[in-house]
Amino acid sequence: MMGALIALHSEQLMNLHRLAPEVVLCLFGIIIMAVDPFVRASGKRALGWVALVGALLALASVHFLVYFPGTAYSNLIRVDSFSVFVHVIVLVAATLAILGSLDYLDREGIQRGEYYALVLFAAAGMGILAGANELVTAFIGLEMSSISSYVLVGFRRRALVSNEASMKYFLLGSFATAFFLYGIAMVYGVTGKTRIDAVQSALEQIVAGQGHLPALAILGLGLIFVGLGFKVVVAPFQVYAPDVYEGAPTPVTALLASAPKAATFALMLRIFYIAFGSAGDLWFWVIWVSAVLTMFIGNLAALVQTNVKRMLAYSSIAHAGYILVAFAAFSEAGAAAVLFYLAAYVLMKVGAFLVVTHAGQQDEKRLAIQDYAGLGSKQPVLAACFSLFLLSLLGLPATGGFLGKFFAFQSALQVRERWLVALVIIAAINSVIGAYYYLRVIVVMYFQAPSKDYTPSPVAPAVAVALFIAAAGTLYLGLLPGRVIDIARAAAQSLSLH
Amino acid sequence: MSVPIILFFVCALLAVVGAVLLILAREPIHSALALVLVMMSLAVLYLLLGAPFVAAVQIIVYAGAIMVLFVFVIMLLNAGVEERTDFSKIAKWAGVPLGFFLLLLIAHFLAHSSIGTAIATGTGAATQAADTRELSTQLFRQYLFPFEATSILILIAILGALVLARKDE
Repeated sequence: MMGALIALHSEQLMNLHRLAPEVVLCLFGIIIMAVDPFVRASGKRALGWVALVGALLALASVHFLVYFPGTAYSNLIRVDSFSVFVHVIVLVAATLAILGSLDYLDREGIQRGEYYALVLFAAAGMGILAGANELVTAFIGLEMSSISSYVLVGFRRRALVSNEASMKYFLLGSFATAFFLYGIAMVYGVTGKTRIDAVQSALEQIVAGQGHLPALAILGLGLIFVGLGFKVVVAPFQVYAPDVYEGAPTPVTALLASAPKAATFALMLRIFYIAFGSAGDLWFWVIWVSAVLTMFIGNLAALVQTNVKRMLAYSSIAHAGYILVAFAAFSEAGAAAVLFYLAAYVLMKVGAFLVVTHAGQQDEKRLAIQDYAGLGSKQPVLAACFSLFLLSLLGLPATGGFLGKFFAFQSALQVRERWLVALVIIAAINSVIGAYYYLRVIVVMYFQAPSKDYTPSPVAPAVAVALFIAAAGTLYLGLLPGRVIDIARAAAQSLSLH
Repeated sequence: MSVPIILFFVCALLAVVGAVLLILAREPIHSALALVLVMMSLAVLYLLLGAPFVAAVQIIVYAGAIMVLFVFVIMLLNAGVEERTDFSKIAKWAGVPLGFFLLLLIAHFLAHSSIGTAIATGTGAATQAADTRELSTQLFRQYLFPFEATSILILIAILGALVLARKDE
């Protein structure tokens, strides 16, 4: 009896170890909620620092995941180096977003504890997505991150654009989630399972018996793609993104454009590569068509934008397309390339949006590309950081963005398949189109005279630290990628493809 | 025809009629009442499938709690007769036929899938009665984690509602 109790106890403890980052995040979220009513309005900023400590502790607690690989809660959560990699990406993005929010919220007069609690809860949801080995668990994680995001997008309640963005995101997002859920139901209907490895073996058995995948399973996969494609913003489900990214408070946009994409791509890898591994030649075409559409829509629409936030929103659509190129490779190298790309992408995207956060000034008035005229002479360091992020997004050598693209295209070419070669060529053409709109901002910053009646405010220390981390990370991934790509390869291996 | 089969067809028909009424009704309160009809008929269908617990939950939670909430909201907002805008051309000529096509497609696949045949011949999931004991074992052992994570999810929803609805000080 006693022994059984102790065994049960230690099993529970192990479960918690393997969920350490989520437990820390939720704990700090709840602490902030509980303390918030007792803090005076002038002291709310301190709650932001509490959230920062929470995010950093969660980042440190990823060590538990490294030391205790395995499964938790009857195999619903998988702790492998894949999950560890995605956890780090998500938590770094959340940390940077919190650093960028501290002064932004003061400036806009919306410094509230709930903001930070929601950011932490969203990060916890994304952490669950990274490790989910079961579809219902993944659904809960997805909803935790989505519902927090809907509210965060509408956090500037006095701004009409923010309300509009929140409403649009909420309505369309709920609709997309329903698709995902319906897809899970179809997959369960065919296989009687919701665990990803169990679905994999059940589908393999069916394919071995009948020679093809049942139509209901294909329908389920299609519905799942609709739901998740919306969250990672790939065509044809990208329509909402520019409006939402533009209306959201800029630090929230930074978070929204980075972390959920990484977490959802991780889930997509598990579902498409593992559960539906036996249908690889079938979903290849879905991914292929979606990748082509995503890249062209993102890059062509970005060309004509005059608002920096919208331009970066379309650029992030284009980047989702490049990630799909690596995704379509359906190989271990492809999964590793997706992970490396996500790491580089998150750093440069969060960095770029944090520059926009600062440069927007009060009420986010200065968002037009023309407003950046003369930034190079007025705030040379800020302009240099922005240029670095833009050049990395463009894919210039010696930046993380370049190697991300390099590994993505390389993994696609390695498969030696005609259509993948075509896809890489299309992606290369798109990178060239992209050069125009990134370089245009740099030209405006350095070669146009600033407007005289405007003196920019100095960059706050917290934002400076965040920008430094993002810039250093972008350069590190660009110059010394060896270590990270090795870790990404090990992570892709731990996915255990067939 | 046996009694359960007759009951099935009656309730299935009621559910479909209720769903159509729900969309077509112009008064929001009529829509809400039509939804009650759908939920009650669904509860009977669950009962016929051998899932008494789900049937009870359907009545208590959906037909009970959620519907009361709906009716309250409709009355509080004093929602009037709905204004109709005509379908857009795309919706009329492409959306409606495509919707019917999707319906037929799903019905076809469901009827020919292994679950469809299993239910028709009475050998499949329907006979493995989902009794309450089995359900709770699954929920509190196998699926403990999503169950617990849902509580955080609800917390987030409450916090979000608070943020969006609170007065500016």
